Amino acid sequence: MSKKYDAGVKEYRDTYWTPDYVPLDTDLLACFKCTGQEGVPKEEVAAAVAAESSTGTWSTVWSELLTDLDFYKGRCYRIEDVPGDKEAFYAFIAYPLDLFEEGSITNVLTSLVGNVFGFKALRHLRLEDIRFPVAFIKTCMGPPNGIAVERDRMNKYGRPLLGCTIKPKLGLSGKNYGRVVYECLRGGLDFTKDDENINSQPFQRWQNRFEFVAEAVKLAEQETGEKKGHYLNCTAATPEDMYERAEFAKELGQPIIMHDYITGGFTANTGLAKWCRKNGMLLHIHRAMHAVIDRHPKHGIHFRVLAKCLRLSGGDQLHTGTVVGKLEGDRQTTLGFIDQLRESFVPEDRSRGNFFDQDWGSMPGVFAVASGGIHVWHMPALVAIFGDDSVLQFGGGTHGHPWGSAAGAAANRVALEACVKARNAGREIEKESRDILMEAAKHSPELAIALETWKEIKFEFDTVDKLDVQ
Amino acid sequence: MPFKSTVGDYQTVATLETFGFLPPMTQDEIYDQIAYIIAQGWTPLVEHVHPSRSMSTYWSYWKLPFFGEKDLGVIVSELEACHRAYPDHHVRLVGYDAYTQSQGSCFVVFEGR
Repeated sequence: MSKKYDAGVKEYRDTYWTPDYVPLDTDLLACFKCTGQEGVPKEEVAAAVAAESSTGTWSTVWSELLTDLDFYKGRCYRIEDVPGDKEAFYAFIAYPLDLFEEGSITNVLTSLVGNVFGFKALRHLRLEDIRFPVAFIKTCMGPPNGIAVERDRMNKYGRPLLGCTIKPKLGLSGKNYGRVVYECLRGGLDFTKDDENINSQPFQRWQNRFEFVAEAVKLAEQETGEKKGHYLNCTAATPEDMYERAEFAKELGQPIIMHDYITGGFTANTGLAKWCRKNGMLLHIHRAMHAVIDRHPKHGIHFRVLAKCLRLSGGDQLHTGTVVGKLEGDRQTTLGFIDQLRESFVPEDRSRGNFFDQDWGSMPGVFAVASGGIHVWHMPALVAIFGDDSVLQFGGGTHGHPWGSAAGAAANRVALEACVKARNAGREIEKESRDILMEAAKHSPELAIALETWKEIKFEFDTVDKLDVQ
Repeated sequence: MPFKSTVGDYQTVATLETFGFLPPMTQDEIYDQIAYIIAQGWTPLVEHVHPSRSMSTYWSYWKLPFFGEKDLGVIVSELEACHRAYPDHHVRLVGYDAYTQSQGSCFVVFEGR
C-alpha cells in the first residue's frame, strides 16, 4: 500500500523500535551498550542507534517513499539492563543482509560504527558483539590458510607454537637484526616476529631486513632440523608498497608475512589475505591501536568484535593478549573471543561475553597469539588458558636471559614441552606449576637460570574493562 | 645453590620437533602419552624414517593407522615392532585427529642413528 509523504521530524522509536520483531537467520545482529543523555527514553536512544546505523536520518525525507524502507531498515528488537549499571543498557539490533556488500568487513563497520558513534543524544556507545549470519560469512574468504594448514606447513603438532618479537624494537641494522633472529631460532623457537613499528625506517630498509632474516631462517632450519619462520612485516604506507614487500618475501622462500590490520585498515588486510591464499603464504596479524578502540567499558568497540572481523577479513594468527602478562585482559573475556577465532560454532555465553550463538560455517580457524610481558613462570598458565592452538611469544622473556637469546629460547621451549607433557599425563599444570618447572630445570641449565632471573616479576593490576556480570 | 649469572655458551642442537627439548621419556611416561591420545579419541599411528630424511613431510607409515584401537598394549608392541624392523630409523607416534585432519599429538619415541 502506498504511503503519504509527511514532512517533519518523527521520533525514531516510531519507526525503528520493533519489540515484536523476530530476527531472521540471515539478519546481521548487533548488541550495543548504550548510555543516553539524561532524560532521553531508552527506546528512543536504542531506536536512534538502529536508525543512524542503517537507513535513517534525523528528518523524514520524500525519497524514502521511492523504496520499501521496511525491507531495508535496521530494527531494535530488544532492550536489556546492564547488570550493576543504572545508566547503561544493551540494545539488540537486527540489520537485513542486503544492507551490506558481500565480503566487505569495511562496509559492515562503516555502517555499524560510523556516524552513530558521534550522535549527540548518546553520551557513550559501545559495540559489544555482532552475530554474523552464515549467509554473510560465506561471502568472506577468511583466513588464507587456517590452523590445520599452518600446522601442516610448519610441521608443528601437539603443542602451542613458540615465538618472540625481536628487540630492541627499533634501531638495529638489517644485519644485526638477522643475528637476533638467528639466535632465537637456533635456540628452539618456531617463529620470530618483526615488531609492529618496524616497517622500513632509515636505519633498516625493508629489503635489507628481509634478506638477512631469510638467511637466518634458512641457517637455523639447517642446523636444528626443524621448520622455522619469521613474520616479515609488510605493513606499509600504500597497498602497492605492501604487495611489493609480500612478493619479495615469497621470492625469498619465506613461509609467513605480517600485517597490522587496524592501522593498516580492513581493506588492505582483506586484500593481503587474498594475496596470501593465492601465494601459499601464512599471515600473522598484529592489532596496534586496538586498545584505543576497545578498552573503555562504555565507549568504542569490544575486541571480540574486532577479532570476529579479523577472522572474516583474513589472517592465520591474531594477537589476543595474555591474561597473565603486562597488558589488559581478563580470563573469561579472553576465552570468549579466542573461541570466536578458533571454533566452528560458539554458543551464546554471557559469562564469557558472547551475546549470540555464532555459527562460523566452514571458515578456517585463527591461531590465538599471546604476547606481552610474559616469561617462563607464566608458561603453565598460558598452556592451560590458550591450549595447543596458540602461539606463545616471549620478547623480554627470551632476549633478557643472562646467556642471551638462544638460551632464553631454549628455556622457553623446555618449559613449554614440560607443561604439555605434564598436561597430557593428566597433571593439573596450573596448580603444580612450580613442581613441573623445577623438575624440567634439572635437565636444562638454561631453564634453571631463566627461572631464577624472572622469579619475582608479576603484573597484577586490576582489569579496567570487566564483564558486566554479577 | 647460590645463583651466579656467569654467561654460558648455548650450543645449537638438532631436534625432532615436539618434545625434542626434553630428555628421552621413560616407558611409563610414554604410556601416559599413549593413554592421552586414546582418551582424546584420536587414532594412534606409527611412522618411521631414516634420519637423513627426517625433515620431509611424509615419513613411512608402519602398517596403517590403528583405527579404533583402544588398547594401550597394542600400540606399545607396534612401536617396538617398528623399531625392531627399522633399528636405524626414527620412530614417531602420532595421535591423528580425523575431525580437524590434523595431528593432536606427535613425538619421536625411538631415535635412529
